[in-house]
Amino acid sequence: MSMSFTRKNSDLARQDGKRFGLDQAMTALCFLIMTTVVILPVVMIIYNTFWDGTQIDLEMFRRVIFREENLAAMKNTVIIAVVSTIFATIIGVFFAWLLGRSDIPMKGLMRWLFSIPFMIPPFLAAMAWDMMFSGRGGYVNRFLMDIFNLKNAPFNINTIWGIIVIEVVYYFPFVYMQVVSALERMDPTLEESARIAGARQWHVIRTITLPLTIPAISSGTLLVLITSLSNYGIPRMVGSSKNIFTLPTKIVDLVNRAGGDFQGIREATALSVVLVIVVSIALFVQRKLLKAGRYDIIKGKSMRPTLIKLRAAKYPLLVFSLVFLMLVVLAPLVIIVLVSLLRAYGLPFAMENFTFANYTKILVGNKSVTDSIKNSLFLGFSSGFICLFLGVMLSYVIYKVKPRGSGLLETLAVLPYSLPGTVMAIGCILAWSGAVFGITLYNSIWIILVAYIARYLSYTLKSCSASLQQVHISLEDASRACGATHMESLSDVTLPLIKPAMISSFFLVFLPAMRELTTSVLLYGPNSRTLGVAIQNLRDNGYMTQAAALSVVAIVIIMVCNGVVKYITRDRKGV
Amino acid sequence: MDQIVLKNVTKRFTTKTLGTVTAVDNFNLNVKEGECFSFLGPSGCGKTTTLRMIAGFEDLSEGEIYLGGRPVSIRSKNLYVPPEERGLGMVFQAFAVWPHMNIFDNVAYPLKVKKVPAAQIRERVAKALKHCSLDGMEKVFPSDLSGGQQQRIALARAIVTSPKVMLLDEPLSNLDPKLRETMRFEIKKLQKEFNFTIIFVTHDQSEAMALSDRMLVMDMGVVKQIGTPTELYNNPTDKFVHSFLGQSNFTHVELSGGRVYLKGDHSAPLGMDAPKTSEKEMLLATRPNTIEISRDEGIPGTVVKRVFLTDFTEYIVALGDQTVRVQAPHRNMFRAGDPCYLRFANPIWYSAQKDASEQERERRTLV
Repeated sequence: MSMSFTRKNSDLARQDGKRFGLDQAMTALCFLIMTTVVILPVVMIIYNTFWDGTQIDLEMFRRVIFREENLAAMKNTVIIAVVSTIFATIIGVFFAWLLGRSDIPMKGLMRWLFSIPFMIPPFLAAMAWDMMFSGRGGYVNRFLMDIFNLKNAPFNINTIWGIIVIEVVYYFPFVYMQVVSALERMDPTLEESARIAGARQWHVIRTITLPLTIPAISSGTLLVLITSLSNYGIPRMVGSSKNIFTLPTKIVDLVNRAGGDFQGIREATALSVVLVIVVSIALFVQRKLLKAGRYDIIKGKSMRPTLIKLRAAKYPLLVFSLVFLMLVVLAPLVIIVLVSLLRAYGLPFAMENFTFANYTKILVGNKSVTDSIKNSLFLGFSSGFICLFLGVMLSYVIYKVKPRGSGLLETLAVLPYSLPGTVMAIGCILAWSGAVFGITLYNSIWIILVAYIARYLSYTLKSCSASLQQVHISLEDASRACGATHMESLSDVTLPLIKPAMISSFFLVFLPAMRELTTSVLLYGPNSRTLGVAIQNLRDNGYMTQAAALSVVAIVIIMVCNGVVKYITRDRKGV
Repeated sequence: MDQIVLKNVTKRFTTKTLGTVTAVDNFNLNVKEGECFSFLGPSGCGKTTTLRMIAGFEDLSEGEIYLGGRPVSIRSKNLYVPPEERGLGMVFQAFAVWPHMNIFDNVAYPLKVKKVPAAQIRERVAKALKHCSLDGMEKVFPSDLSGGQQQRIALARAIVTSPKVMLLDEPLSNLDPKLRETMRFEIKKLQKEFNFTIIFVTHDQSEAMALSDRMLVMDMGVVKQIGTPTELYNNPTDKFVHSFLGQSNFTHVELSGGRVYLKGDHSAPLGMDAPKTSEKEMLLATRPNTIEISRDEGIPGTVVKRVFLTDFTEYIVALGDQTVRVQAPHRNMFRAGDPCYLRFANPIWYSAQKDASEQERERRTLV
């Protein structure tokens, strides 16, 4: 019996006497694609950092990283990431416990509120916070100044602390998601034994519950840390105007200032290497931490976890949570919608100032905006389909064909996941500007597509391989035994079984591609603006209200697509 | 003295899909000090819910619970003592040993919580570990151990405080059969040593019979019968108890003139006295190993099927349109199709009417 688990399809082909079958063709194709899409950009970054065309050049790297403004950017990046990660973790764990383990009412509403930040791109959230709290112009600041008769604006979002606040409220739901699922699946008798042993509620939380959820907490924490380190949208929207730079915004700034000059791009490349090093350190720490505490706290017996009675604290906590969530989740949405309806930015929110003109201006009159919507839809669909196709093929090769080097293939596919989008974009510029085989994609929409594929391939691979691993090899064997060819058993048995995973993995790429800014801001050309770029451009040029209107359009598109995914993937039976 | 007292304990759940469900209905129980008492029943019968009410993990919908004479849950007075103040020991089915603590820390936890001095903790943990054959493994982490060893940690952790009452929630069902028997024996040994009262929840009848001084059988939230294992096996007052403990035959019979006939066949009476009842129809309950099968004595039937089992041969015998299961030694074997005669011993009678209405109720709850 155990033979059938370890047998590879390639062995089967060898028995058939075939040297080069479908499996071998797919394997070769996988290696070829991974090399061009992933290895090439990474190699080009390292090559250009340390090779000036004639010799090894470490001087440029040294000069760039020790320049004062770059050192400041590094310092900002680390401070912002570390501080916002700490607070996002505390808040995320608190809400996870509250929703996962306490008897607080209105959990459904709160869960829904938690899902919203996942749909709004970070740069839009940052734009909204900027509209609320930017100096004397921010709407909430003005409101507070009026009420309390203040001389100065009470809050200033355009500081490093402002960036931290936005990142905290944007990222704590990510920690929440990781921890709440661990809490909900945790064997409740682990806690009950502690109660029986004589420990009080609070003592149990401190000595049993928290230590057991440390793996989930640390994986959520590191996810936030890495995303924050490579985040471009938030510091760009609130920091750049006040000369507060982080590594990703500095890299983009360097490329823009270079204006095509190769030396400038090389300097950006050097900073990219620094960013990759910082992220790698974070990833390394994550590996160490996860290895230290992997417990099996989930037991097969499904039991509702005992909910802890909050008693007197119940309603104060409920009011606090609802107010907090509404403020950090709904307020940015509301402000964007309100601004999108204003005749001019800065006018008070009053009936006579509202108009739909912004929408007609961007959707009817402005060709570059309508083009950006088309471009983003094109990029979303094409990168979604291509990543889906590649993801299925890759996971089939890695988990069913199992050729020599399948481990390398997997590593290559998930590598871009930890590579910041800015770095990926720089790599693509270097690789596809005629440096290799004279292929020039720069300034066209294709370079964005290639970058998206490299960035998002790991999403489809993860989802498809999880599903494919549940399709036992005997199912395909059975179809071969019934007389089907290899191709027929693939299309009649294997693919239909992983279809639900395929559908959802398409949207796993489509949705982030639709709201992408970090990569496209470096790669767009005159005719290949994306939605994110168009919003940023409108805002930079002072068309605040139109930028808000386009944001609303983007959010609506994303929410509708999200609804479609929810509808398609509801109550799917597992394989 | 009664160590555990339950008075009119009722528990109702309200769920979205099923509405209000009575999980435990008017439960009354007195367990004596030092007794080993089992709750036996199929899954979902309410036995674990009752145990969790005793432990304090579930509120009561109605009723009162006393431990060692001290009220711990009284619904009408809204009195509720939390689990940590009830001074119990408890062992769960899934072991529930903490993976982030080594064996010593697991077992020492209840003492540390009570702020027992460190020297005393070391001494008492060592004693508990010794009794559970875990001595010398203090530094080992639970994930490196087998299921049986993990369950020993849970036992050691439960006895380390020398509780008066020990609650065992199917503690053996995650272990393999051989280990189960050893652990059963060890639990009994620990009880003698530490002299605690046991409530043992299980769905395994032989486990309950082997361990308990007294036991109860429950189904759908209702206690069917309380008694010693022998009483319950030999004199089940309820058809459900009869079928849940050991194997059972239920034969439909009709009573006429002080004699018993198979339903719809009055040609030959069954060789037994009719029970004193006004009902015309009854259900005759027998155990397959008490029926005598022979070639000459009793009421005639036909062997439908023969199954050769390790310790006996089992026959399915047709009596008219009903069948009876018979277990006999491997002598004078019958073959399928052979005519035979059966003699029933130790008959137990149940009302046929009540049975019909119960079946109807069961059918409806299944729908």
